[in-house]
Amino acid sequence: MIELEALTKRYGDFVAVDRLSASIPAGTIFGLLGPNGAGKTTTLRMIAGILEPDSGRVIIAGRDMAEEPMATRALLGFVPDRPFVYEKLTGAELLRFSAGLYGMQGETVERRIDELLELWDLGPWRDQLIESYSHGMRQKLILSSAFVHGPEVLVIDEPMVGLDPKSARLLKDLLRTYADRGGTVLVSTHTLELAEVLCDQLAIIDGGRIAVSGSLNDLQRAAESQDARLEQLFLRITRGETDSRIASVLNALR
Amino acid sequence: MSVLREYSLLLGPKCRAVRRRGSTRRDRLGRALLVIALGAAAWPFVYLTLVRFLRSLLGVEDIGSLLAFRLLALGFLAFLGILLLSNVIGALSSFFLARDLPAIRTTPVDGLSLYLARLTETMVSSSWMVLLLLVPVLAAYAGAFDAGPAFLLIAAGAAIPLLVIPAAAGSALTLLLVRVFPARRSRDILLVIGLCAVAMLVLVLRTLRPERLVDPESYRSLVGFLTALRGPSSPWLPSQWAADIVSAGLERSIDPLTWLLLWSTAAGVTTLGAILHGRLFSRCFTRAQEGDEHRVRRSAGWRRFESCLAGLDVRRRELILKDVRTFFRDTTQWSQLIILAVLVVVYVYNMRALPMSAGTTAISRFLTTLVLYLNLALTGFVVAAIAGRFVFPAFSLEGRTLWLLRSSPVPAAEILSSKFWTGAVPLTTLALLLTILTNIVLGVPAALFLLSVGSVVCLSAAFTAQALAWGVFFPVFESENAAQIPTSIGGLLFMLGALASLGVVIVGQAWALRGYLVSGLPGRAPRAVMPSEVVVALAITLLVTLTTGIVAIRAAEARMDSKR
Repeated sequence: MIELEALTKRYGDFVAVDRLSASIPAGTIFGLLGPNGAGKTTTLRMIAGILEPDSGRVIIAGRDMAEEPMATRALLGFVPDRPFVYEKLTGAELLRFSAGLYGMQGETVERRIDELLELWDLGPWRDQLIESYSHGMRQKLILSSAFVHGPEVLVIDEPMVGLDPKSARLLKDLLRTYADRGGTVLVSTHTLELAEVLCDQLAIIDGGRIAVSGSLNDLQRAAESQDARLEQLFLRITRGETDSRIASVLNALR
Repeated sequence: MSVLREYSLLLGPKCRAVRRRGSTRRDRLGRALLVIALGAAAWPFVYLTLVRFLRSLLGVEDIGSLLAFRLLALGFLAFLGILLLSNVIGALSSFFLARDLPAIRTTPVDGLSLYLARLTETMVSSSWMVLLLLVPVLAAYAGAFDAGPAFLLIAAGAAIPLLVIPAAAGSALTLLLVRVFPARRSRDILLVIGLCAVAMLVLVLRTLRPERLVDPESYRSLVGFLTALRGPSSPWLPSQWAADIVSAGLERSIDPLTWLLLWSTAAGVTTLGAILHGRLFSRCFTRAQEGDEHRVRRSAGWRRFESCLAGLDVRRRELILKDVRTFFRDTTQWSQLIILAVLVVVYVYNMRALPMSAGTTAISRFLTTLVLYLNLALTGFVVAAIAGRFVFPAFSLEGRTLWLLRSSPVPAAEILSSKFWTGAVPLTTLALLLTILTNIVLGVPAALFLLSVGSVVCLSAAFTAQALAWGVFFPVFESENAAQIPTSIGGLLFMLGALASLGVVIVGQAWALRGYLVSGLPGRAPRAVMPSEVVVALAITLLVTLTTGIVAIRAAEARMDSKR
């Protein structure tokens, strides 16, 4: 499970994440939604141990990231929002490297690498340099690298970037099965349809703070709306109705 | 839109990126102050040393100024060679591999604007270091010859085309290379460039025979020596024309014909480059985008190497394997090894060419001792330069993939440690090879042999640690070419820092060996070096290198942890 206690991160005078707290139980898929620049990626990078919070705590499966950084990171699998990986390694080499960083090697790892590459249709590309991979293939490879060491918690920033419909469906099924088996998933996404069908719990973050959180029903209640569509709720909560602005921009272009 | 407007638009983002390098205003100010302080120390040093040397040269009757002019021509020739090579490599990045090119190609930007903008970018990134050195050198000539203020204009007038010509010629050469080689065979292109560099260096060395210049006895007569000095060494090269303009300026005269020749060549080469670019760039750019062979086959050598590392901890092994794999699969990285090999050959050759055995006088004996001893300083310099080129970029090359290491349970110390060993082992091997070979060639006594071998091992380790640490403090994550990373401010600071610690080692060793060194002077009885002197010298070396190395690594570790 993931516990976030008053997490705060500033970049100079700008407060990217402001006393953010949340509790995500094991076996849950938790969706973090929010407009651009709301603080989603910064929050995820703090949970993954890439950034240190200015204040507050990140606790993963009972372990405090600040006190036991290595042991806590060992429990995590992280997928960043942009799939940058070592271009001069092959797909199989990257997964072996990734497993190695978690102290894993040998037959089990090799078998898991084969399974993951086959699962994502990357088998024929296993010995090709990553520089020749398409954007979607890189995303699939990074998702594989997050799974290769068998993490207890998955933190995924924009999971569907570049994925074709078949792979997107596969990822949804994979995450659902993973959560049903007791794993915890935290995803940040702009794809509201995905959040709707995939996530058990949702939080909308705006200005570095959680504006509202809970199940889809909870969000509807909070927005005082009977509209079943998450998109409408999202726009209402984040004050994102832009019809008049769209018209003025298009008029200016004409 | 006019060409000029497009040109400034295209260069704008690059200028702003350079200006904004550094995360905060305080960071940028700190860096600027550091660079100014170090520059303020380095320029007067080069200036004063050269002025003193030139004045002593000018004291030689009849041929003093001729020697100084010939030295200038040699320097300019060396600059021209370095600039041509670095422009060819730089042009490959800026004209063909830059990440912003596909986006620019979709806009209706004029071909000439793009050519001029990329040419400027190539020239600036390839020439700024040479230019930094050129300023105190020309100032020293002005000081030694007591040239008037007009010399400033003359020097600038000679230097500008000297930078433009290799940039335009290098860019054109790269364009032709990409045209000739099928698809994205940058590997082959850089191999050719490397081989050209080898040929060029050997050619320059053999044609110039610099050792003859300081050895008039090797000429049949004084007349022959003077003739060799007076005649231009390479009358068809722009470096000679630039040297002639500067030499004339130093004597307060002007040769309009040479000016015309130099500037019209610069204009001509640039125009020719623009025409070639207009005709060939589109096709060459398309070819450069085509796929290369991407399948990797593990050779027997690789398997052997992997099995050698089998005993290591899995984290360290995977980190080392990753670094070695990415190095040998990155053309911009491994191709530098060719130039490195040439450097070693030239270095050992130069040592062989030194007239060490010829000296029978007391002065020659002293010089011989000094050369034996200064070999360590030269090797140290070479090792520092190589560490700057190969170890300094190690952290920067992680770049956008750093998230993988940061989010995994690997401490900063482990990452640094694996990078240290990946750099230190080949660097020390090379340094030992260089030292042992030159020591054998020079006939170094056993005690000094031991001292230089011990020192070079310590220095290699310390330089690796320092290069790694400077790389952590001044990373260049956005670079598209590993070869460009060491030319950043951090790379420059590393070189200055490494040379400073080398200087402390040299002075410390000179102090420890002072009795032995002085014994070579005229009127003293020559004696062998004593074991106690070698022990003290080694202890000083160990103290300096260990301190600087450990402090550097610890600082880098703290920096990596604090940057989360």
